[in-house]
Amino acid sequence: MGKRQSYDGVAVTAPFSMPYQRYSIETAHWWIAGALRGSLRSAGLKPADLDGFSVASFTLFPDTAVGLSQHLGLCPRWLDHIPMGGASGVVALRRAARAIQAGDADIVACVAGDTNHIDSFRNMLSSFSRFAQDASYPYGYGGPNANFALLTDRYMQEYGAEREDFGRICVAQRENALKNPNAVMKKPLTLEQYLAARPIADPIALFDCVMPCAGSECFLVMSVEEAVRRNLPFATIGGTIERHNAHADDPIQLRGGWTLDIDELYTMSDCTPDDIDLLQTYDDYPVISMMQMEDLGFCEKGAGPEFVRSKDLTISGDFPHNTSGGQLSGGQAGAAGGFIGLVEALRQVTGTAEDTQVVNARTAMVSGFGMINYDRGVCTSAAILKKGGKS
Amino acid sequence: MTSPLQPPPRKNPQKRTHSPMRPPEARSRAAIGLTAAAAEGRFALQVCEDCGTIQYPPRDACQGCLSSELEWRDVSPAGKLLAETTVRTSTKLYFRERMPWRMGSIQLDAGPVVLCHLHGDCERGGNVTILNRLDASGQGVLLAVPAERTEHMEDDPHMRALSADPKHRRILVTDLRNPNTPALVKALLGAGAATVFVGESENWRPHPNREELSDLENVSVLPLDVTDTASVQKLAGEIGGKTDILINNARFMRPGGVLERGDTAFAREEMEVNYLGLMRLAQAFGPGMCARTNDGVNSAVAWVNILSVHALSNTPDYGCFTASNAAAYSLSQSLRGEFRSSGLRVMTVFTGPTDDDWYQPLPPPKVTPNALARAVVSGLQQGLEDVWCGDVAGEIRDRWRRDPKVLERELTQAGEGA
Repeated sequence: MGKRQSYDGVAVTAPFSMPYQRYSIETAHWWIAGALRGSLRSAGLKPADLDGFSVASFTLFPDTAVGLSQHLGLCPRWLDHIPMGGASGVVALRRAARAIQAGDADIVACVAGDTNHIDSFRNMLSSFSRFAQDASYPYGYGGPNANFALLTDRYMQEYGAEREDFGRICVAQRENALKNPNAVMKKPLTLEQYLAARPIADPIALFDCVMPCAGSECFLVMSVEEAVRRNLPFATIGGTIERHNAHADDPIQLRGGWTLDIDELYTMSDCTPDDIDLLQTYDDYPVISMMQMEDLGFCEKGAGPEFVRSKDLTISGDFPHNTSGGQLSGGQAGAAGGFIGLVEALRQVTGTAEDTQVVNARTAMVSGFGMINYDRGVCTSAAILKKGGKS
Repeated sequence: MTSPLQPPPRKNPQKRTHSPMRPPEARSRAAIGLTAAAAEGRFALQVCEDCGTIQYPPRDACQGCLSSELEWRDVSPAGKLLAETTVRTSTKLYFRERMPWRMGSIQLDAGPVVLCHLHGDCERGGNVTILNRLDASGQGVLLAVPAERTEHMEDDPHMRALSADPKHRRILVTDLRNPNTPALVKALLGAGAATVFVGESENWRPHPNREELSDLENVSVLPLDVTDTASVQKLAGEIGGKTDILINNARFMRPGGVLERGDTAFAREEMEVNYLGLMRLAQAFGPGMCARTNDGVNSAVAWVNILSVHALSNTPDYGCFTASNAAAYSLSQSLRGEFRSSGLRVMTVFTGPTDDDWYQPLPPPKVTPNALARAVVSGLQQGLEDVWCGDVAGEIRDRWRRDPKVLERELTQAGEGA
């Protein structure tokens, strides 16, 4: 495998999150427009200034990025639609960055958003994937809860994790969320409450699950010169990775595709796990966050439970993790769930995270995980972002 | 350990009968291969003709070599329970009203990992056997059961839902005069049926089966003439609301093809009993049964037609009778579609020549009444759609599947003339 080119000269900027709602009577188009407008405004740009557009959404049907470009009056010369759910943020970023470097586009907006009507979640499940339809949903129709219950069950058997260990992740994220005025969850959560919660699909209980909601997230990718010229705070990209359908022979998913590419990510980014000031994992269930801590090199495989016991995962702790509250406390707005960590990481390294700001955050790692096509998540991605501009 | 299923209490007529509910029905075309195997009670998976890789979930190209030559073959149903969960909340109403629902992940000895329903007696890390059964949507689903039999295992709620088990159910057998009826009734009672109603036509004409059956406990002989719409409707009015399984064994047969007969009198009788009789029964009993598929332990569950295997391909020795059976077979398929939304199953029992007077000139092997009765009961217990009873039926099925035209040519052989 040849050496990959660096992402030098690319700036990531203008993070914007539309405050999530549990249910919305609006459409995905509405949500996406709102986030796009927010990012453009914060960068002082007009829609006509965009020449690249990247979209991730589950509820746009029957539209895609194509229909959306006409709907929103955009005229991009570079257009992308990313169907990778929780991995879509990093994937959007890395594709957009290459478009900027190649000169295929000058300013790319990467946006993700979904609405949540009363019946949206049920409808989305029923048409999610062919393998899920044929071989997963007929067995109790537990949706992703059931799939992750199986992974969690196996992970606990294999590595001796206890429910408390997963609880630590959830409780710390709730503490972070309380500092984020836009988080859907606004009440404190104790470990006792976590353990006593209503069971959903054993061993998963209520606070292991994300709340489906409506929301959208956006950021812009442009050249460093452009960002500097416009006087925008920005991040640079140390490196990125993506991988699909890795470890297909593992009987059950106890590791993700990150393990194949993580060394390259650190080499490209010229840093080590010790240099990471904060980590944003994809957290649709805490077992997946724990798996990412292992697979991204913060601890050995199977040492996740011990790792979360020994670390303080809150904003002011020694291992800040999912600083905005993540999806577990912020809500899961469909494909925006694949952007929430990236947009928050951008705020962190550009020093604009306000109440959730980690002191001296210079280097952030973001990781994505997506698409339970049958029995496991197929897509993984990760990126390292660094504070841009003069230091 | 499974607790034995108790007979249900008498139904309170003031309580609402639960509407029929079904698990998800949508499947890709490839996945219906699993259903086709389940219809006969087999566990089959796609096997690549080119590289031998066994695939799951069903697909259109081999995950090992991209070949599109994937054949459904019976594979070992042995496996080990990797992980399990008890689902306590679901957006699907069928499961929602049956929570909690245990399911798990099984590593098959044959290679793939399957997600499946878990029998209550399956233990973590234990050895299991996979059963491929039809669910209430008529789609094949996988159920892991313990590798070793456990007590009352058929009474497990998951397993019961994937069957049409006669236990505690009330069953109508339509034709007392059929030579197979006493064996059938006894087998059903032996399998735990609560009541067997037996229809008797022309009860002024004595028949030895009457005495044999009316002496049995939990059997009641009732007037029923399937050629008479009023008679069928009258019986449906009396017992239609408590008929959980209907077994149509009414049969009128005479030997001979078209030219041997000279007129259509027998053919008309054959159609009246074998084809229109089925239609009359379905029109009178079908709607009531469809409304009661979610009615607890003794819910309505299955409709059974017993047909000559030559419904698939005619045998001119019995050409006209066979034609009426082909019509009945086709109508069974229609009924399957019409009953589908209720979850009521249609089971077709294809039999070879039976060991009775009307097949007297044919050489063995023949199907004895006891063999037919066993096939019906075990088909119901496994929730099958197609049951092949006897060696002749199995052989005709295999030849028909291999090449229907070759079978037709062989069955219509003229024999050596002068």
